[in-house]
Amino acid sequence: MSTNHFPLRSRLRTLTDRAVTGLTILATVIVVAPLVAIFAYLVYKGASSLNLAFFTQIPKPVGVAGGGMANAILGSAILLAIASAIGVPIGIGGGIFLAEFGRGTRLANAVRFTADVLNGVPSIVMGLAIYALIVIPQKHFSALSGGVALGIMMIPTVCRTTEEMLMMVPHAVREAALGLGVPNWRSVLSITVKTASPGIITGCMLAFARVAGETAPLLFTALGNDFWSSNLNQPIAALPLQIYVYALSPYDDWHRLAWAGSLVLIVLIVLAVSLVRYVTSRGVLKGAS
Amino acid sequence: MPEFRARQIPSQPFETPAAQSSAVPAASSAPESSAVRRFLLARGNSALADRGFHWLMVLCALSIFGIVALILWQLLLRSQLSWHAFGFRFFYQSFTDPDSHRTMYWDPVNSLFSAVPFIYGTLVSSFLALLLAVPLAVGVAVFLTEMCPGALRGPLAFLTELLAAIPSVIYGFWGFFVLVPLLREHVNPLLIQWFGWTGLFNNDNPTGLGFLAAGVILAIMILPIISSLTREVMTAVPHSQREAVLALGATRWEMIRMGVLRNARIGIVGGIILGLGRALGETMAVTMVIGNTPEIHRSLLSNGSSMAAVIATQFTEAVGDMHLSALIELGLALFIVTIIVNALAQLLVWAVTRGAPAQTH
Repeated sequence: MSTNHFPLRSRLRTLTDRAVTGLTILATVIVVAPLVAIFAYLVYKGASSLNLAFFTQIPKPVGVAGGGMANAILGSAILLAIASAIGVPIGIGGGIFLAEFGRGTRLANAVRFTADVLNGVPSIVMGLAIYALIVIPQKHFSALSGGVALGIMMIPTVCRTTEEMLMMVPHAVREAALGLGVPNWRSVLSITVKTASPGIITGCMLAFARVAGETAPLLFTALGNDFWSSNLNQPIAALPLQIYVYALSPYDDWHRLAWAGSLVLIVLIVLAVSLVRYVTSRGVLKGAS
Repeated sequence: MPEFRARQIPSQPFETPAAQSSAVPAASSAPESSAVRRFLLARGNSALADRGFHWLMVLCALSIFGIVALILWQLLLRSQLSWHAFGFRFFYQSFTDPDSHRTMYWDPVNSLFSAVPFIYGTLVSSFLALLLAVPLAVGVAVFLTEMCPGALRGPLAFLTELLAAIPSVIYGFWGFFVLVPLLREHVNPLLIQWFGWTGLFNNDNPTGLGFLAAGVILAIMILPIISSLTREVMTAVPHSQREAVLALGATRWEMIRMGVLRNARIGIVGGIILGLGRALGETMAVTMVIGNTPEIHRSLLSNGSSMAAVIATQFTEAVGDMHLSALIELGLALFIVTIIVNALAQLLVWAVTRGAPAQTH
């Protein structure tokens, strides 16, 4: 730059550029810091209280040391099983409609839009609606209502990821199937969906991981339970619910259990999310297209 | 191009080959074939099965409308009592306590309910969260899309997405035991000392709970949503835009400002509104750190409550039908507001990510 007529201005611009670069790096550090802080604190607090009893025993009364959250883990598993039984088939069905039957139609656009909007509806509202729909007529809290609430929350996520994954399946595959005389429904199920299945499973796991940590919709549906329960018509314990109750209790023993529970929950969720990330970055579907 | 072909396929008459193949099922039915297999070979090829499958899928898709309608109907039905008692006044009325002559809003014992303090708490904590989160989120997005070395991009993007995966209750738990003491001991005294004159930071709440704590937790929670959407719309800005600005002799920041952020601004606003929608409805983390008192204070360090928080804390121990009904009406208001906010955000994001690639060619 031998002919730099505005040396001051030029230096100012370079300085601004440097300053902004510095600020964005600072922003990134500030954003990553809470993540590291949360994980470090959870491991620090939770690891010391994690033992075999945590996974095998039910909570002890206040003042008695020990005890675990086995009933909450079982309860969460039951709730998530109900939720998946509702959310996965309906979500995948909706996704198949969007990608295979309704492409470009007004109905499909409306469904897609509503699914995205439904995704942002607060989970506590879902809990309220299910309370009004199932708990009030039944007159008692139940595992079933909690599972239904979680299942409904899974539908939009599963639906949209299924659609996106099916969209990636090349048309040649569908045409080949149809050209062999395979009926359309079988071509969809055993050719298109099968090709996209790694992606669809990933989407289901993502939805699963999301509802696994949900507390708000369970507050007045599953309610929580201090004892073993696998009866779908009775209140049932759930890991996030138990963490909430124990975290706000004034007892140190319960706090330690809650930290351990949080650690277990977060490890499960991070594992699921990492697996999803690994599968999608490997590009299972990229080879096909 | 794939879009074009997609519309062609369903119009092709594929029933014809299907009908032909159903004529020769006997050749392929092996002796070990099960009942299901025989059914598939015999009748699975009919147009009836095809149509049945089609309508089943349509039904699944329509269930999404069904869910929205169901929520709306149930909440409307169960909030009738409070609606008939208060009408629209529910959203702006206040009462005077006959003994102390203080203004109050929420009195379950005398069945007097008003949504004002909760709307206030929700708005204050959400906007505080936006104020803190938006600059950081945009900064992270700019760094990750424009400046970050390739090797770091993947892991850093993954880390910010992990923030979104942490359950709300764990945020609340961590906030209650780590963030609130931190604010109480180190941040709040400084805020009171420096900005006490604004009236926004009063030294009247020794717990550390309150709007500020809720705002900070919410900011951490909505950061990943805003930043991932911002990244998405920034990547949708065509490369020719960047190259054009650089060719005019711009520095990197000028290129980002003029070439990228300007083109992506509608989408970024969409992302921010989506973050707002998340913040408005966030329940557990806010419940655990906001203090849960139905009061209105100017000071950000005071206790308050939010719409979602009051539902979460009072619903299971509601005294009487009117209390329950008022809480459900709050839920209904929250539902309608978040639907509107999310729809708006979705429209803005779609406007950008859909139109962008088409403009280049």
